[in-house]
Amino acid sequence: MQALTSRSKTVERKPMTIWERLYIPAIAKGMSITFGHIFKKKPTINYPEQTRPFSPVFRGLQVLNRDEEGRERCTACGLCAVACPAEAITMEAAERLPGEENLYREEKYAAKYEINMLRCIFCGLCEEACPKDAIYLSETFTAANYSRQSFIYGKKELLIPHPKLQPEAYEKAKGQRVKR
Amino acid sequence: MHVTLLAIDLALVIEKLILIAVIVTVSLLVAMYETYAERKIAAFIQDRRGPNRAGPFGILQPVADGLKLFMKEEIVPNLSNKFLFILGPGLAMLTAMMTSAVIPWSSHIELFGRTIHLQIADVNIGILYIFGVVSMGVYGVMIGGWASNNKFSLLAAIRGASQIISYELAMGISLIALLMLTQSLSLKTIVQQQQDGLYYVAYQPVGFLIFLICAFAECNRTPFDLSEAESELNFGYHQEYSSMKLGFYLFAEYVNMFISSAVMATLYFGGYDIPFVNDAAFGAHYGQNMLAILQGLSLFLKVVIFIFFFMWVRWTIPRFRYDQLMRLGWKGLIPLSLLNMLITGFIVLLRQYGWHFS
Repeated sequence: MQALTSRSKTVERKPMTIWERLYIPAIAKGMSITFGHIFKKKPTINYPEQTRPFSPVFRGLQVLNRDEEGRERCTACGLCAVACPAEAITMEAAERLPGEENLYREEKYAAKYEINMLRCIFCGLCEEACPKDAIYLSETFTAANYSRQSFIYGKKELLIPHPKLQPEAYEKAKGQRVKR
Repeated sequence: MHVTLLAIDLALVIEKLILIAVIVTVSLLVAMYETYAERKIAAFIQDRRGPNRAGPFGILQPVADGLKLFMKEEIVPNLSNKFLFILGPGLAMLTAMMTSAVIPWSSHIELFGRTIHLQIADVNIGILYIFGVVSMGVYGVMIGGWASNNKFSLLAAIRGASQIISYELAMGISLIALLMLTQSLSLKTIVQQQQDGLYYVAYQPVGFLIFLICAFAECNRTPFDLSEAESELNFGYHQEYSSMKLGFYLFAEYVNMFISSAVMATLYFGGYDIPFVNDAAFGAHYGQNMLAILQGLSLFLKVVIFIFFFMWVRWTIPRFRYDQLMRLGWKGLIPLSLLNMLITGFIVLLRQYGWHFS
């Protein structure tokens, strides 16, 4: 009969020879293989100490951005919430009062800004929708906590550190990611 | 007039008690670090890193594991036989520890003007004692499996018992061949004989191989760990156990491994003899105490090599099927060991008659 593929192999079903039935040579061969593996280089990356380089398009947890003077960029226009396919974003707007010009960039700002990280699919559409460059996805991605409630991130968790008051933390949160 | 029925030297009692405490502590410590070594070696063979979080290189891992086991809830199944359920792990641990009594860990040290032999009891039937205690080890498995009142545990216990009984036969016969050469059952004498001549593994390679395979089976180690085959019997005889009772079972396996490595080193690899060194001359030059310490280390090194071998085999060879196990035991090892015994007996007799027949 013609074989259906060119890759098919016929299996030998000859009875084993005495040498094969002794079993000991086969064991010795197997053991030499496993012994060799002891000295092989381990492919493991010791995660918290070492990290793999991120791809330039990596999308991690969201960050609410500030401008160079440390003012919040978000104007609570709601475009990110509209763009979000997982409906993870909610916000409440408020008007900037006189004397708060050093806190908020525009006349309107987000008094409450929440992203439910359990709903978020990290698609990055909020970042694309934002006209003010106020939200973007960072290189942080490990969120761990004990309760579901704590995965609803508010402004406290999302807002990037102040670029002048905490420059190191700001750089760290900003990461190496290239904005598209 | 006082009649002294038991004329026992008090100093001797104290000396032996200290020795027992030391040996029990050392075997428990070794068993602790065997669990660590097992995980590390498994990891290395599988190209992983192994436990490396608790302490530097993860050396505190066994402490963390032990603490975890102590903290777990003790569960005794409702319909189990309570007494036997608790007796099982205790017996497993007891038999594992008892074997260490007759192994000569080193020659002797001289302390406070006394000669202290580093062996708990130099009984002249040392090997028989080991055999007796090791056969009792199967009761730990049997009682545990029986008392759990669980079908899988019972199946596993029966498997374990029949496996140990089958392999004990081959082990015993392979030992008879060795005993024909040694003419003695005392382990100390056997070691002393090997100090003068070649190690007995050179005279009895086949016997050693059989003994090694049977030791694997006696310790319930892979490829013979059918009584705890987790894929078939979901854990076997210790399925119903939790907390430190489970810990005892797991620990007993590692203590057993340590002791059987020590027995193999003693019987076939010269025990505490330092290889390539004339021990007596060394002792005369550097003092007896120094020699005894080095001899102890030498035995320990041999034991460590054996333990490594145990683990190396475990992470290489898959488990036998039950019929394959029985076929290897009854059709492979027992005839081979009988043949080995006959040939050894023939040669021993031939030597006694001055190498000619008549």
